[in-house]
Amino acid sequence: MNRQRLRGLIRKEFLQVLRDPSAIAIAFVLPVILLLLFGYGVSLDAREVPIAVVIDSPTPQTASFVAGLDYSPYFAPRYVATAAAASEALMAGQVSGILWLRGDFDRLLLTGRTAPIGVWLNAVDANHATLLRGYLEGVWQDWMLIQAETAGLALAMPVVAEPRIWFNPAVRSRDFLVPGLIAVIMTLIGALLTALVIAREWERGTMEALMASPVTMGEILLGKLIPYFLLGMGGLLLSVAMAVWLFQVPLVGSFWLLVLCSALFLLVALGMGLLISTLAKNQFVAGQVAIIVTFLPAFILSGFIFDIRSMPEAVQIITHLVAARFYVAILQTLFLAGNVWPLILTNAAALLLMMLIFLGITRAKSRKRLD
Amino acid sequence: MWARIFALVIKEFLAILRDKASRMVLIGPPVIQLMVFGYAASFDLEHIPYAVLDQDGGAAARELVARFAGSPNFTEVARLTHQGQIAPLIDNREVLLVLRLDANFSRDLLATHAGNGPARVQVLIDGRNSNTASLALNDVTSILMRFNRDWAARHGQRGPPAELVVHAWFNPNLQSRWFIVPGIVALLTLVVTLLVTGLSVAREREMGTFDQLLVTPLRPHEILIGKAVPGFVIGLLEAGFIVLMAVLWFQVPFVGSPLALLLGLSLFLLAAIGIGLMISSLAVTQQQGLLGVFLFLVPAIILSGFATPIANMPEAVQALTYLNPMRYVLIIVRGVFLEGSTIRMLIPQYWPLALMALFSMGAATWLFRHRMG
Amino acid sequence: MSAKTELALVLAGVDKQFRQGKRSTQALTQLSVQVQRGRITGLMGPDGAGKTTLMRLAAALLHPDAGEVQVLGLDTRTQASLIQQQIGYMPQRFGLYEELSLRENLDLYADLQGLPDAERAARCAELLRLTALSPFAARRAGDLSGGMKQKLGLACTLLRAPTLLLLDEPTVGVDPISRRELWSIIQTLHGQGATVLVSTAYLDEAERCDDIILLDQGRCLAQQPPAAFTAPLAGHCWRVRHAGMHRRALQESLLTRPGVRDATLQAEGVRVLLAENPPQPAPDEDWQPQPPRFEDAFISLLSPPSTPGQPAPAMSTPSRDQRASDPVPRSSAVTVDGGMAPAPRAGSTQPPAATSSSEPVIEVQNLRRSFGSFEAVKDISFSVTRGEVFGLLGANGAGKTTTFRMLCGLLPASSGVLRVAGVDVRQATATARARIGYVAQKFALYGNLSTQQNLHFFASAYGLRGARRQARLAWAEQEFALTDYLGTNTGALPLGFKQRLALACALMHEPRILFLDEPTSGVDPLARRAFWRRINHLAESGVTIMVTTHFMDEAEYCDHLVLMSRGEVLAFGSPQAIRAQATTPDHPEPSMEDAFVQLIQTHESDSRQAA
Repeated sequence: MNRQRLRGLIRKEFLQVLRDPSAIAIAFVLPVILLLLFGYGVSLDAREVPIAVVIDSPTPQTASFVAGLDYSPYFAPRYVATAAAASEALMAGQVSGILWLRGDFDRLLLTGRTAPIGVWLNAVDANHATLLRGYLEGVWQDWMLIQAETAGLALAMPVVAEPRIWFNPAVRSRDFLVPGLIAVIMTLIGALLTALVIAREWERGTMEALMASPVTMGEILLGKLIPYFLLGMGGLLLSVAMAVWLFQVPLVGSFWLLVLCSALFLLVALGMGLLISTLAKNQFVAGQVAIIVTFLPAFILSGFIFDIRSMPEAVQIITHLVAARFYVAILQTLFLAGNVWPLILTNAAALLLMMLIFLGITRAKSRKRLD
Repeated sequence: MWARIFALVIKEFLAILRDKASRMVLIGPPVIQLMVFGYAASFDLEHIPYAVLDQDGGAAARELVARFAGSPNFTEVARLTHQGQIAPLIDNREVLLVLRLDANFSRDLLATHAGNGPARVQVLIDGRNSNTASLALNDVTSILMRFNRDWAARHGQRGPPAELVVHAWFNPNLQSRWFIVPGIVALLTLVVTLLVTGLSVAREREMGTFDQLLVTPLRPHEILIGKAVPGFVIGLLEAGFIVLMAVLWFQVPFVGSPLALLLGLSLFLLAAIGIGLMISSLAVTQQQGLLGVFLFLVPAIILSGFATPIANMPEAVQALTYLNPMRYVLIIVRGVFLEGSTIRMLIPQYWPLALMALFSMGAATWLFRHRMG
Repeated sequence: MSAKTELALVLAGVDKQFRQGKRSTQALTQLSVQVQRGRITGLMGPDGAGKTTLMRLAAALLHPDAGEVQVLGLDTRTQASLIQQQIGYMPQRFGLYEELSLRENLDLYADLQGLPDAERAARCAELLRLTALSPFAARRAGDLSGGMKQKLGLACTLLRAPTLLLLDEPTVGVDPISRRELWSIIQTLHGQGATVLVSTAYLDEAERCDDIILLDQGRCLAQQPPAAFTAPLAGHCWRVRHAGMHRRALQESLLTRPGVRDATLQAEGVRVLLAENPPQPAPDEDWQPQPPRFEDAFISLLSPPSTPGQPAPAMSTPSRDQRASDPVPRSSAVTVDGGMAPAPRAGSTQPPAATSSSEPVIEVQNLRRSFGSFEAVKDISFSVTRGEVFGLLGANGAGKTTTFRMLCGLLPASSGVLRVAGVDVRQATATARARIGYVAQKFALYGNLSTQQNLHFFASAYGLRGARRQARLAWAEQEFALTDYLGTNTGALPLGFKQRLALACALMHEPRILFLDEPTSGVDPLARRAFWRRINHLAESGVTIMVTTHFMDEAEYCDHLVLMSRGEVLAFGSPQAIRAQATTPDHPEPSMEDAFVQLIQTHESDSRQAA
């Protein structure tokens, strides 16, 4: 490894980046825009869900139940006269659900029988529907507690759950989605920065001139890796800063540990880009491969949004091929739970292994020969 | 004119399909991704790993704990003996939740006869994925509700004064796969279409063949049609394949009109192709083309309602989604699959797609000739 | 010093094969050549002879399949890095980083070659002076002209004063002025004791070498000084003039005579290479003996002797690769030749310009085009009449390509009148395009489609159908002898066939005007001759040809020329008229190249003074 040659290569790469603003755009503008869009746009928390409420005969009892709905931040009740009108609104997608308190609600309640509360949910989005059901059950439970106290009715709930949601007591989905987004965005950036750079040197004929000089292949690869690594780290710090200050995600763990793990992940992402680029030698194919292997796997298989624990065994095994999976686990833990060493060390070790594999194959596949 | 366009279409097909690598790219990944994502993209928790710290040990506590062990949704990982064991298990993600019954549990439970109580079960949940946490908590509550009802009946207590009777329309078992798999139809169709069209003009420009095309009497709109048809045909075939797989393999019900779906997918494909060609002809180099594809693809998917509901987004971002063709096609696909939507019901989704197709194709045609080195 | 170290490069029994999928090509076969220290050795040969492969073997970028390659006494297989520290290698497409400035490119290669910082400033200054690039040190490499890029590439390889310099076609695509400058740099280095191995497609450059290696189909035909090549041909070269006959017609007539191995246009007459002495002049012909040139030797060594009565080289004088693989008998090529332009030959004793109507087919008036603040084409006007071969010459960056692209409708003009085939290009582009054919400088057909698929596509793109389509397709296959390659992907075709296919596609619809952008760049002399005969026939059949070229001998084939410099028309007229403009008492008979260099240099120094 010759320091002067490496210095020359790194300076060249930086100059190219400076002159062709697209790389700067990828490293700095892309994360900001994506994080802004997604940080605000991606949320699993339902708020003020429109729900049609049908009350056949209004009484103080029904009013007390409905007050709970009005009070809940999750619902925006719309009062509808008839069940038929409510069902129409549900079909048209104007409301997500129907709550129907029938005419005999009062009577059943007061005679000590169990009054049914009819609920119809649009379950096309099953997750959304399940969450809504949970929120409704919460409203219902609160109502019963109040009933027990005020009306002196016997408490009908021998056992109640006392949830303690660790790490995210407010159950803000943004707190886990934003760290995950950082992983998805860094995957894109790492691959985009490097996926074409080696293929481009081949297509433009600069590779042949480089190879005929005393420079070694290791130096050429390092000369690519170092500048884009620095750029990528810049983008990463920007993302972390936005997560902490703009989106108010608490960073419980150590900042330096986060930087270290991110550096490791960035090397994996860059290594994957370099490998694609080295194997393809052709920008068109490299581009297509980069589109396929980066975004969708990082989006769906990383645990960023779909919990890996809900996947079938076989798919869980496949997720181990996706580097973002390990990084998402580290990020969610560092941000929300803190320095949980056993978890971080195992995931970091996996990242290290992937990095060695990607860079190792890249090194082995780039020989200083043209045939 | 039609003979010229036909020749162009043939040429584009050959250019895409003669190369083994690009044939593979179009066939392999969509099939693999359909299978993997079809299973992976799900919110449904099955085997939630949990641990129990039963500090009470009474018969009632044991009965309650046994209900969790008997539920298919829960898998017990550890039985704990003291409080200090809880944190490491949750921190390291070995369990999603811990049920803690303290020493007073049985006493409190029996006291409910006297109108005291209730007995409390502490549910300590890993909230790193808050969605998972909420869903798991829902499952815990359901089990507790059933336990309560049985307990009340057995001990002659009065049941709850009122009860939620929940009906889930269109998806009675609340399987999120029914929601996600139709979404994958749109998702993969978009990716394939952009792969076919997104770099095609930029590549011809870099190879010099685009000049050769421009000196022939072919007009820009003919070139556009020539480039659009293969993307359309390939996209439609792949979409058809994925729809079949969704119905036959993933057993997602298909209750609507196939015609409504065909119309929706066709309009969506046209819009996607137009956008792909627009990106492609705007780009001078393939690198810019690739960047453009990503810049469109990523927001188009994340802000589409594919995984997270559009309704949860802030107003401004929601307004932005009206520019996203994915938004409309997802409504169409899910509507046709699950809700039995008809062409008439989907008109509000069709016309924005048609408008986008018209605009993007027009822009691409104009750019063919006006975007030059 | 031992005899061995006297040799800078030794190839002993080298075999090299390339495999691409199932196809494999033998690039070099049992090749043994040596390059002596301190000499300029030229590497010549037709396309596909293995020149680039040899260069890459010498740069240790390829390993031989069999045999040995020794560079400066070191083996390329085991000591590649030691070799690469001592040689300078300039690939055919020297990869400059276009986003970087000239200076930054130099700095990069100084770092890569380990030039100590202390020596750098002095060495860079010296090279900038040598290449006369100092004024442009801050300019982006991408904004340099083609000639300057080549000089910068050369400077980059020279930073550490290499012991052995390998230059792979450094003068391709470079205008005559830059070409002269490059050679004067090479000669300066040679004076400083460097060993140079240079490959080139310009045969006149052979005379500047000490030694020539002539390759053909991966084998060495001969290695000797240039004089040894030309010596046997003394007395075989003549210049023929005919008072009443147009030069091209005279050339055609001479080519059909027995014993004539080559006939090219030169100055006022036709230069002829005879297989045997003495000449048998026809009436009214004036035969003057000429000294033989390397080009004559090249033709006589590489072109098979003709049988009496057959034209040599024939229409489809094969590039070498065709002879290896194309079983089409030569007689069939002759009938094709006759079939192509049967009628005009009778009338071809007169200049074609006179036979055709004088109505202009291309009319350019006050044409301008600017890119931002830069005016690439400044107010030019000229016109071209039907059936002419019209040449557009100029230095790199003179605005030729911009003009060309505007004429083809690929680039909108900023202002001015542009009429092609009677149609205003700025108004009715599609109508104009149906009447023109265009062959791009770079091979620009669909590489992963087969030859036949490309032909079919372009036939349809030009709106041919029915019987006419069938006839034209059959014509293309026949005329360009493509039958054997119909199923081959065009990306894998030999260079000569790519060029033929490109021409076939451009002629599919029988255009009235054919645009050729540097059609012969990087093409070997044999293929170029065949190509120009084809062009001449086309012109005689009434097709107007518009061509750009850097080969000044090819400019002689044109009926009229426009010489451009810095976006302006510098000279317009017949080759004779242009040469006449450059005639001075010192230079009573300038060649086209002399005229080009002189006119442009005068103009540029004038405009520099004016500015």
